Amino acid sequence: MNSFITIAEHTREQLLYLLEMARLFEEQPNRNLLEGKVVATLFFEPSTRTRLSFETAVNRLGGRVIGFSDASNTSTSKGESLKDTIMMVSNYADLIVMRHYLEGAARYASEVSPVPVINAGDGANQHPSQTMLDLYSILKTQGTLDNLNIHLVGDLKYGRTVHSLLQAMRHFNPTFHFIAPKELSMPEEYKLYCKEHHIKYVEHSEFDEDTIAEADIIYMTRVQRERFTDLMEYERVKDVYILRGSMLCKSKPNLRILHPLPRVNEIAYDVDDNEKAYYFQQARNGLFAREAIICNALGIGLEQIK
Amino acid sequence: MKKELQVTALEQGTVIDHIPTEKVFQVVSLLNLQALPCKIAIGNNLDSKKMGKKGIIKISDRFFTDEEINRISVVAPNVVLNIIKDYEVVEKKHVVLPDTLHDIVCCANPKCITNNEPMASIFHVTDKERGIVRCHYCEKEQCLSSMKLK
Repeated sequence: MNSFITIAEHTREQLLYLLEMARLFEEQPNRNLLEGKVVATLFFEPSTRTRLSFETAVNRLGGRVIGFSDASNTSTSKGESLKDTIMMVSNYADLIVMRHYLEGAARYASEVSPVPVINAGDGANQHPSQTMLDLYSILKTQGTLDNLNIHLVGDLKYGRTVHSLLQAMRHFNPTFHFIAPKELSMPEEYKLYCKEHHIKYVEHSEFDEDTIAEADIIYMTRVQRERFTDLMEYERVKDVYILRGSMLCKSKPNLRILHPLPRVNEIAYDVDDNEKAYYFQQARNGLFAREAIICNALGIGLEQIK
Repeated sequence: MKKELQVTALEQGTVIDHIPTEKVFQVVSLLNLQALPCKIAIGNNLDSKKMGKKGIIKISDRFFTDEEINRISVVAPNVVLNIIKDYEVVEKKHVVLPDTLHDIVCCANPKCITNNEPMASIFHVTDKERGIVRCHYCEKEQCLSSMKLK
């Protein structure tokens, strides 16, 4: 059974395999590969963007969707355990796509579920389908995943997307640049991870045109208000790391700017018109990446797609 | 006549020696000794040449599996077990921290699924020297010395 729980356990070959599948889905997103299949989308925590992306992927593959977008109307609010919910739903569906507010929920669900489980985000832990679309966006815009300069900007402490991207890129000899306010800097455990896996990284405290002049990818993240217990602290750091159009004057022609969205103010609107802005196309790539993840989970391989 | 706290020698059973004084009752609970019907002597704050003060537990007519013994390593990695038969020490055993801890300690992360669902905890030991473990579910690394027993 092919559950999809965390990006870190995938090999270089497995990642490239899924990315090749995603490329074929971009060529032709509408394929009747899931005819007669039912996919359950269980969103114990609301996430409209991710849910719509997964549900669109199922629909474009010819499958049907059941599920809920908010746990408040379900038996969970009556005290039902996650295991019981999963066992009940697996009677109806061939695949479960789950978003949960607790960390490790997806791993546990995959251990008790008789059908495969796709992790659509488990608390602050993992969000591996986001990482697949990030990888796909990098590959598509750069033509390769190897030997790139990747600048991670903003909230590197709580931003799970940057942590997962870091783990996934370990197979591709990147050089990372960590650009964050001190309060939100990359945690020690991930710097240790870099050292253990021989990933090069440089830390910067300033964010200006010179810092990003060598970048192939700038990955912006939102400084999330809900991560702060001290709102004064939030007010102090939220405006520090903003990307403005004028800062791109020295940047490389192949540079592309990514952002997992939604943005608040960390990318100025004048960047949107720059050809190097890629965050809206990046979100579209999520559809193809998720079509690949869904097919792979159901045992549908590359040869059936070609 | 001087009265002393005295614990008689075992004819057969297990002596757990060199327990740090503050860990004695955790060892009792880890081995679930309170549920055993056999004779048990628990000594604490006894003089020790090596440790200054130490705890010791003598359990009559009971031997433990390696799996049970290794649970002790989570709270007291340096204890020694003496296996007694016919009043003689026939074997000395040192505890070993296992590679995986199954339902022995609680995850320190309150948002971990293991703390919110009726289920067993699982930890992978990543650094035996320093007692660092990683939660199988939420993937958070943590230090054994600061974790609570299940």
